[in-house]
Amino acid sequence: MAFDAETREQLIDTVRRFVAERLRPLEAQVAEQDRVPDEIVREMADLGLFGLSIPEAFGGLGLAMEDECLVAIELGRTSPAFRSVIGTNVGIGSQGLVMFGTPEQKAKWLPKIASGEIVTSFALTEPEAGSDSAAVQTRARREGDVYVLDGAKRYITNAGKAQLFTVMARTDPDRKGAGGVSAFLVPRDLPGITVGKPEKKMGQQGAHIHDVSFDGVRVPAANRLGEEGEGFKVAMQVLDRGRLHIGAVCVGVAERLIADCVAYANERKQFGQPIAQFQLIQGMLADSKTEALAARALVLETARKRDAGESVTLEASASKYFASEMVGRVADRAVQIFGGAGYVADYGIERLYRDVRIFRIYEGTSQIQQVVIARETLKRGG
Amino acid sequence: MKVLVPVKRVIDYNVKVRVKPDQSGVDLANVKMSMNPFDEIATEEAVRMKEKGAATEVVVVSIGPQPAQETIRTALAMGADRGLLIQTDQTVEPLAVAKLLKAVVEQEQPGLVIMGKQAIDDDNNATGQMLAALLDWPQATFASKIELNGASAANVTREVDGGLQTLEVQLPAIVTADLRLNEPRYASLPNIMKAKKKPIDVKSPGDFGVDITPRLKVSKVTEPPKRQGGVKVESVADLVMRLKNEAGVL
Ligand SMILES: Cc1cc2nc3c(=O)[nH]c(=O)nc-3n(C[C@H](O)[C@H](O)[C@H](O)COP(=O)(O)OP(=O)(O)OC[C@H]3O[C@@H](n4cnc5c(N)ncnc54)[C@H](O)[C@@H]3O)c2cc1C
Repeated sequence: MAFDAETREQLIDTVRRFVAERLRPLEAQVAEQDRVPDEIVREMADLGLFGLSIPEAFGGLGLAMEDECLVAIELGRTSPAFRSVIGTNVGIGSQGLVMFGTPEQKAKWLPKIASGEIVTSFALTEPEAGSDSAAVQTRARREGDVYVLDGAKRYITNAGKAQLFTVMARTDPDRKGAGGVSAFLVPRDLPGITVGKPEKKMGQQGAHIHDVSFDGVRVPAANRLGEEGEGFKVAMQVLDRGRLHIGAVCVGVAERLIADCVAYANERKQFGQPIAQFQLIQGMLADSKTEALAARALVLETARKRDAGESVTLEASASKYFASEMVGRVADRAVQIFGGAGYVADYGIERLYRDVRIFRIYEGTSQIQQVVIARETLKRGG
Repeated sequence: MKVLVPVKRVIDYNVKVRVKPDQSGVDLANVKMSMNPFDEIATEEAVRMKEKGAATEVVVVSIGPQPAQETIRTALAMGADRGLLIQTDQTVEPLAVAKLLKAVVEQEQPGLVIMGKQAIDDDNNATGQMLAALLDWPQATFASKIELNGASAANVTREVDGGLQTLEVQLPAIVTADLRLNEPRYASLPNIMKAKKKPIDVKSPGDFGVDITPRLKVSKVTEPPKRQGGVKVESVADLVMRLKNEAGVL
């Protein structure tokens, strides 16, 4: 639902305060311990963050996309590992269910997803199916009123904590591409599921990805999401929304970095004056600010279009593409403005520099976004 | 028992205040405003009483311009039940506020009034005491702990200069909240949305027959003097000499 200005303001303000007072002081600790404290996860649940995108009827907030983006921008002002705690429940782990779930499926799962009682994961990527996600090899064979799942997924966010997976698996081995794939709601406690150790990663310590393997997992047919062969339709619509959310997070991190740069440049003196006085530093600040403003405008404009019911496949890809590349450049300039302090861990700048690198890779690499943008542009004739 | 919590809309505690060039006050144009932090603590305490079953209803009242409704909404999102805005664009001094609150108390008949010990804008620290005097009710100011003994009395621990003092007050009473009374919650996002549907009554000072014309005149408002930069001293002897001769503290 869309808000009046006052309620929106209060909502955003609350998230901003929570980020500033509770999350930011813990950034270094979370990175070092590779763990978001349980207490913080509970506070995030109490605040209602797990339910941002779940309809009100199921105990969530049912935020319009524009409002979700505004919240994501606020969450972007701290280590992205915190956002990852709620990221799957808000995005790829729940939206298939919200968009394609039957009333029974929704009633069973959505309230617990909204409250944070259960964590969800979205399992699409496989060793042989990354950018070419339609090449999914995990099999789902129908046997009476169950599907038997066999296969391996990898790089699955929050799989270590997830109690519910949305799994893409091939129901029709004779159809090679997207058409043979279906989506399933797979509870973690079914026999035959193995979750691997968390991978060591470049950044976002505190957020985890795992291999997940399915070995003869018997999933009730009632857990199929959408029709047989509709799995890709589910995945693509989920990703449209996810890409906007990621774009918004990138805007938030960029704004945070710019504020950090301004504070540092005013403080740090060389040649007898604050480095903010040097036009070469100002040039970097101006470029970062301009790009961050452009990304914010693109993300929010696209979100409003989506809220108005328009198809935004092109614009959502463009938002994610531009915002993720933008925050990479902003983080790079931040390291430069901080000089040696930008490379030393204490200041947190090098950490954010590493953290934002993933935004150009997951939920579709920049190249895949370019492919989508070009394809849609050619289709539209301009 | 009903608990009444007066809340004030003030300049946000994070904002760096600017004095108007004509020295008539501080510049409030385009400045972020929030609930007075001590009132947040008061609201939190009342809501906790309700959650524990000690209070049946929490009513918040604010006196100020139309946007003070947002401050009331914040309290409703924290868990208060309903709000009352006494709307005025005029400056209201502590005495006028106390008189209005007295009228509200007579109407609402709360068993307890919890309010901030002071508002961080003018730092008067007067309204609670004045209200107690006007009502001829017991008061316990600067509370760091409130324990109810049923609905007839409360033990209140007060932060005083020498340490802590515990009073027993008969109810109804006025209690003013100090910083350490509790740590106010973040209103949850679902509760912020639910607060939209809670009722806020809007009245004017005239409805209560209170004359709010200011009795005080502000002569001028100025910035605090800028702090001088520090100096490094060469030796202990130098330090002692400067403390004696320049700082005049020895
Ligand atoms: C931290 C993290 C979290 C993740 N979370 C999840 C998750 O929760 N669920 C999930 O299912 N997956 C998840 N993934 C997987 C992620 O979505 C994939 O890594 C991503 O889609 C890229 O796939 P790939 O790694 O196989 O790279 P590849 O597809 O092998 O790509 C390698 C390179 O080739 C380029 N390339 C590929 N195809 C083309 C083309 N057609 N044209 C031009 N260039 C091309 C790519 O852009 C890239 O530069 C996660 C990954 C990480 C690292």
